[in-house]
Amino acid sequence: MEELLSTFVRAVFVDNMIFAYYLGMCSFLAVSKNVKTALGLGIAVTFILVCTLPINYILENYVLKEGALSWLGAGYEGVNLSFLSFLIFIAVIASFTQLVEMVIERFAPALYASLGIFLPLIAVNCAILGGSLFMQQKSFANVGVATVYSLGCGIGWLLAIVGMAAIREKLTYSNIPKPLKGLGITFIITGLMGIGFMCFSGLKI
Amino acid sequence: MRLSNKSKEILAGPFSKNNPVIVQMLGICSALAVTSKLEPSIVMGISVTVVVAFANVIISLLRNTIPNRIRIIVQLVVVAALVTIVSEVLKAFAFDVNKQLSVFVGLIITNCILMGRLEAFALGNGPWESFLDGLGNGLGYGIILVIIGFFRELFGSGTLLGYQVVPDVFYQWGYVNNGLMILPPMALIVVAVIIWVHRSKNKDLQEN
Repeated sequence: MEELLSTFVRAVFVDNMIFAYYLGMCSFLAVSKNVKTALGLGIAVTFILVCTLPINYILENYVLKEGALSWLGAGYEGVNLSFLSFLIFIAVIASFTQLVEMVIERFAPALYASLGIFLPLIAVNCAILGGSLFMQQKSFANVGVATVYSLGCGIGWLLAIVGMAAIREKLTYSNIPKPLKGLGITFIITGLMGIGFMCFSGLKI
Repeated sequence: MRLSNKSKEILAGPFSKNNPVIVQMLGICSALAVTSKLEPSIVMGISVTVVVAFANVIISLLRNTIPNRIRIIVQLVVVAALVTIVSEVLKAFAFDVNKQLSVFVGLIITNCILMGRLEAFALGNGPWESFLDGLGNGLGYGIILVIIGFFRELFGSGTLLGYQVVPDVFYQWGYVNNGLMILPPMALIVVAVIIWVHRSKNKDLQEN
């Protein structure tokens, strides 16, 4: 239990996807213009992360890793397919995103109308693939921990994009040097928020 | 070989006017994460250039046979295959840099420059133009990475490509490396400064 909690808190604050690793920056900058759409995208990203990361974890441990295929029989112990991991991970993510898009379109048209435009974007969101690649590096103990980690990553990303959107809404009324308007000032604010988030990195959990 | 004017424009546009990072806002994730030192920045720039150029060519050749509904998956698979090759090459010939880049080599797959160029250019143009476009965008991305990496390494650790460039005398006089430059958030602020300078020069890019 304690391990789950610390994994979660670390993923949300200490290893925040945006402020510690800059993953999912492109959509973070492009979609953070108002809070409502930012929230929609954040929820969609969290959802896809929580669905795909455990699948990738299982694939990693039972198919891709060195010796992972030993359950097939004695002859497969030395097989190492880890060079295929990029292909497999991205295929899982892209097909899952497509699947989710179709399911939502069929059964929840209202949700699709508000979320639909973001779904294709998510397949190429670095935060999702990044989550899977970090999972590969961190070698979690079991599927439970991996799932909690994915939830933490998603929530951290959601918090960051909603916070950013709220600040940008206020920025509309402020007086910024012309060349810095828009993109430039957004970078600076993200940097300052990142410095703020760095104080979590001293946290020992 | 002489290039026609149009080809030249496709190749050189992304260097400044149409730069993928600071104008089109693509591929920012990796531009920030790998630039604390100059060497990984250069390696990353080259890797991305190679992948974009060849992915552009392959998708451009396939553009009339890919069904529209699943094109994103097809694009991702092509890109992932190329990135796997690049990653294996890096592991074989530049193991230390590969270690520093860690997950970010894999993340070239989701680098928005790739999807952006494939969607916006390769799906509607022939292989040769697509190759030039990929080359131009990759290099435009590389230039920004090298600029960021240069300043961060110079001010952050006083070295360039691992060699010390700030003379020892400076340190004796009390000069101290700015440790903040190596930390992630400063990358964003360096990019912001680049954008500031670039947009002061190119007034038509300013936003209202």
